[in-house]
Amino acid sequence: MVGNCLPPVKITGSGRPVLEPNEIECFFLSGVDLLCEDDPTTSFPHLKSGLLILTTHRLLWLPESDASSGGAAGGVPLAAVSHIFSVKKSLRSVFSSPRVRFQVSMSPEGRVAAVGSQSVVVTVVVRGKGDCDAFLAKLWENWRARAWEDAGSGSSNAAATAAAETATPSSSGGIYSSDGTVKMVGVSGILRKEQEMWESTDRSLQDAFQDLNALMSKAKEMVMLAEKMRLKLLSGSNSQTNATNDEEMGSKEEMQDWLLSVGIISPVTKESAGALYHQQLSRQLADFIKVPLEKAGGMINLIDIYCLFNRARGTELISPDDLLQACSLWEKFDVPVVLRKFDSGVMVIQTKSHSDEEVFNNVKMLVMKPDALRAGISASDAARTLGVAPAMAKEHLLSAESKGLLCRDISPDGFRFYINLFAEIDQDDIYLVKDRGIYASWVQANHSHA
Amino acid sequence: MQKLGEFKLPHFFNYPPYFTLQPVRDTREKQIQLWKELILDYCKTQKTFVIALEEEFPLFTNHVIERSLTHEAREAFLSALVSEGRAEWMDKGHRKCLILWHRIQDWADILIQFAKDNGLEDGVVTIEEIRSGTESQGTDLHGIDRTILNRALKLLEQKGKLVVFKGTSTDDEGVKFSV
Repeated sequence: MVGNCLPPVKITGSGRPVLEPNEIECFFLSGVDLLCEDDPTTSFPHLKSGLLILTTHRLLWLPESDASSGGAAGGVPLAAVSHIFSVKKSLRSVFSSPRVRFQVSMSPEGRVAAVGSQSVVVTVVVRGKGDCDAFLAKLWENWRARAWEDAGSGSSNAAATAAAETATPSSSGGIYSSDGTVKMVGVSGILRKEQEMWESTDRSLQDAFQDLNALMSKAKEMVMLAEKMRLKLLSGSNSQTNATNDEEMGSKEEMQDWLLSVGIISPVTKESAGALYHQQLSRQLADFIKVPLEKAGGMINLIDIYCLFNRARGTELISPDDLLQACSLWEKFDVPVVLRKFDSGVMVIQTKSHSDEEVFNNVKMLVMKPDALRAGISASDAARTLGVAPAMAKEHLLSAESKGLLCRDISPDGFRFYINLFAEIDQDDIYLVKDRGIYASWVQANHSHA
Repeated sequence: MQKLGEFKLPHFFNYPPYFTLQPVRDTREKQIQLWKELILDYCKTQKTFVIALEEEFPLFTNHVIERSLTHEAREAFLSALVSEGRAEWMDKGHRKCLILWHRIQDWADILIQFAKDNGLEDGVVTIEEIRSGTESQGTDLHGIDRTILNRALKLLEQKGKLVVFKGTSTDDEGVKFSV
């Protein structure tokens, strides 16, 4: 249990932490214990094997086993950190799990806070695989950047610079860090030389892309600007509802929608999440998808989501393969969405509560209209009525066909679907038309036309 | 109701999916069943014995709704009749199909009935007389397909109900009943 000592962290439905404005995730470590090793009498809890997320503002700890249940997650504000100890290289440290230690201040009531009378030393024990040195370097970097101080004041762009820094690949802080004075010979020496060569290439690449980083920090400002405009529009429409006519309102709403879709402020990236990349991406996607899915009526094409998601991510684009992997990971988490593959191979994302029954009922109502009884419906007819994309409508029609609800008619005029009459016709007397039923209404619809 | 010559067509003949081979198994089975019934019905009333797949067959095209069966569909429906013993392929390439709107056994029974009706229990009749003679007028035997007749005669010969004897040419073939 986190207890009262650590400020709690809110968790989204899919198990991702809720970030503060301008807060950006920088580093992920799995299998991490968080405890106060030296002084077990303090109120600081002993947190065992969780996911540690370093952001520009906080150090978040999420329980790993059941991350989506929430509740037990906690976070140490970087503002409360008063000192970070450098790693002592000793013989003992070779055999035990890597540790990072830092000092946090505590209020008299035993809560972690930015201003406090006491202080405790907190130890991070990295039991899982993870680059501990790189983590320490990032922790230092974020702690000194003091991004939390800019929270609220949009004018300063220190947070933006911090964001830009974190966005650059930080492989240079790896295992072969500056203190690697031990001379290596033989194969390991060659390997090290190779590594150094890579690092220098990496550095020159970074120099070359510095302009891009500047662009990215500007991109963040653009997002902030968009947010500001959105708020302004929002307040504007509230104050003068009577004066504005409908058309103007429509365009304003459109503008708002557009601005809303501009940014995910802290996209999960391969650099920040490493091995946990797909897992975290999967959770972020599940959070993001709720709104577009609702708009699309509970089912949305994978391709459409790929476009929407990448547009929201801005510069940190993901590949189609990453998206697919993220979606297939949903099976393992408790999220309200699922990936579904139709027989035709088309893949869609749908809410778990989405029912085919409802769609089938709508399709049935559509084909039972007199005109549709006589002439059938095409995929685009169904798309108009159901309010979905034609490709999606066709999938619905095909699955209704496989359920025996519809049957097809292929002719030079095209591919159309009709209500399935075959089941209604008496096999023993092919001339018989029962008084009531679908067959009778079909005969009638045909007659009234002729 | 629509008609094809003298033949009364069922309502669903104007149902466009009836002319597209349905891909879903359950639906297709019902569709095939309806086609089998219609083909047998039509052949019986029209005294049609052979359907050639590559030639025009009135049932397989509906000019009113401008639909016609594909070759694949025609073969599927006739194959269903073949597997039920109500039709036979006349060649390996499945180009011609013999429709048995009476099974061979039923044809044999009709022949016996024909012999009894005409006092031929011990008599002799030529095959041509059976197919186009005045005695067979008005019965299903009139204009019967030669292949089907031969099969029915052979069945009865095996049972000892008649003997087929050959003349100088095929026209001279005769039958001696011994019912």
